[in-house]
Amino acid sequence: MKNFDSIFAAYLLGWAVFFGFYLSLGKRTSSLRADIEQLKNSLNRGK
Amino acid sequence: MAKRAILGLVTLCLVVTAAFASFYVVPMERTMGPIQRIFYFHAASAWAGMTAFFICFFGNLLYVWRREQKWDSLGVSAVEVGLAFTTIVLITGPIWAHPVWGIWWTWDWRLTSTFVMWLLYISYLLLRTLIEEPDRRALLSALFGIFAFLDVPLVYFSIRWWRTQHPQPVIMGGPGSGLEPTMRKVFFFSVLAMHGLMVLLLSERYRLEKLRGEVDDLRREAEA
Repeated sequence: MKNFDSIFAAYLLGWAVFFGFYLSLGKRTSSLRADIEQLKNSLNRGK
Repeated sequence: MAKRAILGLVTLCLVVTAAFASFYVVPMERTMGPIQRIFYFHAASAWAGMTAFFICFFGNLLYVWRREQKWDSLGVSAVEVGLAFTTIVLITGPIWAHPVWGIWWTWDWRLTSTFVMWLLYISYLLLRTLIEEPDRRALLSALFGIFAFLDVPLVYFSIRWWRTQHPQPVIMGGPGSGLEPTMRKVFFFSVLAMHGLMVLLLSERYRLEKLRGEVDDLRREAEA
């Protein structure tokens, strides 16, 4: 296929952006969940 | 959880079908050849990105009017999602342009206004990192978001108002423009698939913002 490398690069890089964004969302979500757990524990200890 | 799984599954089916159709259903374009198939990914991402920025604009206006946290959360979520789609537009565009135009980039109205739009929304996110106080951050970023949205119609109409290196519109482009019927159907299907993906990413990003709000509330409670 003519220009196969360009088509492949466009789709690969495009999907890499989506996956990167999705992974960053997952990472940030788990970090916030850990913070919530930690804060709830420290609040319970303080009561 | 079930709703999210269904939304994810439906989006996956739409995206895979759209990619398959753009390679195996659409006829070969006569002058450009196979490289034209990038169009279904590039233009559909551009439409989804602009819709995300419109959602941000809507959230920004409602925040200024109602001062409710949820509208600020919607605004910032939509900006991140819109930026992901616009980044794809700015990557796939030059990859298409190089074999077709012989250059990666040119500062014509469409390309420049798209790049400026991307920079404006990056600035929106940077602005938020500079302001500590939540209400002030939400208000100033909402006002900046309303200002940044002025560029979105400019991006859309640039190829209608001025002669550009970028191709003239093939959808709603007036007499003499248009797509072959199969290409048109696949294009609109790709737009639908990308909007499905946009809604999925936006709902995930919005959930993240709600969690952030929960963390802020707990911190305030711990400090009190």
